[in-house]
Amino acid sequence: MSVVVAKALKKTYVAGDIKVEAIRGVDFAIEPASFVAFIGPSGSGKSTLLNMIGCLDPPSRGSLEVAGQDISGLSRQEAARFRGEHIGFVFQDFNLIPVLTVFENVEYPLQMVQNWPKAKRQSRVMEMLEAVGMADQAQKKPSQISGGQKQRVAVARALVTNAKLVLADEPTANLDRQTASRIISLMKQMRDEFSTTFVFSTHDPRIVDHVETTFTLEDGRLIRNEIGTGGGHA
Amino acid sequence: MLNIFKLAARNLLRYKRRTLLTSMLITLGVVAVLLFISVSGSFKAMMVGQITDSMLGHIQVHKKGYLASMDSLPLNRNLTEKQINKVRQLLESNEAVESYSLRIKLGAMFSNFTETTNIRLNAVTPAAEMATAPLLTGRILKGEKDGLIKPGEILIPELIAKGMKVKVGDAIVLVANNKDGSVNGQTFVVRGILEGISGPGGRDGMIHIDDARSLLRIQGAEISEIAIRLKDIDDLSGVFASLKQELGSIRNKMDRPVFEVHTWEKISPFFNIAKMIDLMTLFIKVMLVAIVLVSIMNVMIMAVFERINEIGTMAAIGTSPAKIMGLFVMEGFLMGILGTALGTVISLVSIYAMNVSQISFDFGRQTGLLLAPTIGSKDVISIVCIVIAIAVLASLQPAWKAARMDPITALRHV
Repeated sequence: MSVVVAKALKKTYVAGDIKVEAIRGVDFAIEPASFVAFIGPSGSGKSTLLNMIGCLDPPSRGSLEVAGQDISGLSRQEAARFRGEHIGFVFQDFNLIPVLTVFENVEYPLQMVQNWPKAKRQSRVMEMLEAVGMADQAQKKPSQISGGQKQRVAVARALVTNAKLVLADEPTANLDRQTASRIISLMKQMRDEFSTTFVFSTHDPRIVDHVETTFTLEDGRLIRNEIGTGGGHA
Repeated sequence: MLNIFKLAARNLLRYKRRTLLTSMLITLGVVAVLLFISVSGSFKAMMVGQITDSMLGHIQVHKKGYLASMDSLPLNRNLTEKQINKVRQLLESNEAVESYSLRIKLGAMFSNFTETTNIRLNAVTPAAEMATAPLLTGRILKGEKDGLIKPGEILIPELIAKGMKVKVGDAIVLVANNKDGSVNGQTFVVRGILEGISGPGGRDGMIHIDDARSLLRIQGAEISEIAIRLKDIDDLSGVFASLKQELGSIRNKMDRPVFEVHTWEKISPFFNIAKMIDLMTLFIKVMLVAIVLVSIMNVMIMAVFERINEIGTMAAIGTSPAKIMGLFVMEGFLMGILGTALGTVISLVSIYAMNVSQISFDFGRQTGLLLAPTIGSKDVISIVCIVIAIAVLASLQPAWKAARMDPITALRHV
């Protein structure tokens, strides 16, 4: 069963008298444990699509199923709960909470969103930090680690809840080439290890080389769907 | 809850200077209010204590209409023996009443054999008067204090003693009209000089009740007023209400009430000053509320604005709007707690220091009054609760704004 299924999906923004159709009726499906990228020029609708999949923005029309649930009619509260249970996010700017340590940042979704018991939470956090190679930096604050390390922590935070789907919006945009390659490799390794689906919105050809499926968007329309090998080297 | 508490505390520590400044502002407000309440409260309690314990008593019973014509000290509005016995019966069965004193109030001509002036007098039974107005002997500036007064003696007010150049031990003559209009005179020995205090009767002299009866040629047990002292002034309204109801129901042949009952509040003009102090306390409390409201709201609005991106992240990863709101409310709550705790400690230390340093002040003709500020736990708790409640209230709007923030817009915010 597909992790994401979109049918005739549309998104229209209205500002006064002006209507902007950001997504103009797209159909696609994303399979479990796949490495998928939405690519296209700026303004093509990549981020809008990612926001809709991530329950951050409701579709205007059409249907969108994520993890087997139609998410188009979720309330604000339900959407938050759904995101907390099923979706992980990796952001371009890492978006770690500055007052929390690396450990606490990864612990945050388990504690504040899913209310895991302390012992179970701590072993899970350490497991994830070890998986992303950040266990030795657990007590540092985000301001004390590098950009690449921050993104590793962000990946650990996205995966710590056993999310079925991780949405990554330009995850390598703020990283140097070498670090970006390591992050892509890490995410792929995590996909292999935890069978999590990774969906990217990106311009970065290094990510495109690694994904198994690319959806190309232009003016809110899906113009190409390519299934590649996904075996490129970063 | 603990997670939100920890995160809120860390966020406050992130902006240490701002948190400290806001808390200091709240601290200042709390200190100002608590000190004002303690100082004004002690002043009020002292003045009320002086007025009730050295002169008025807590409640007074008169014949109906006496108080309205009190300036002329009318003898034709005295209570009769039967009426006195009715009141006595009620007072003696009331457990809240500590003591009562029967008084005859009269006006007389005071002569030192060379000059004459008017004098207002209270005629009392010494034991009952001392039990009802225990601070009265403290007002005796010169002369024997023990036993208050004996027949043939007079305590004269300070002003008359000075004006008429009368000393303790001197003989004087009192000349008074009785209620039939006939005049009588009697010689007295000055036993002591009585300090004048603010309020009605504060500059009256004092004689023994038996002397008043003979001077006024009163037959029987007629008196002008019954002053009542309660065991606890906090019972004032309850005792007053029951006395008023019971005595108010007694009517004469013309179906008019026989008695009138008043608390010291109705009789003494100081009650208006006390009311003014209460009003000022309320005003200071309103100022405190405004300080807390504005300072916390300002800081929380800034905190939300500075952390828009962070709020977006929290919302995106599934934090419920209620938890986001709770986080910001908790920050306001903690700031309120910090400011209040500091303010309370500083206030209590200051009150202690004021008590240790024995600050004295003058009020009207009274000099060297000792300021002994105290504050009740009820006042402290009410101020603490008000400040913390306002701190939470002030955080609600910014917190609600944060909770309602669109995650996408928030994440895009730079």
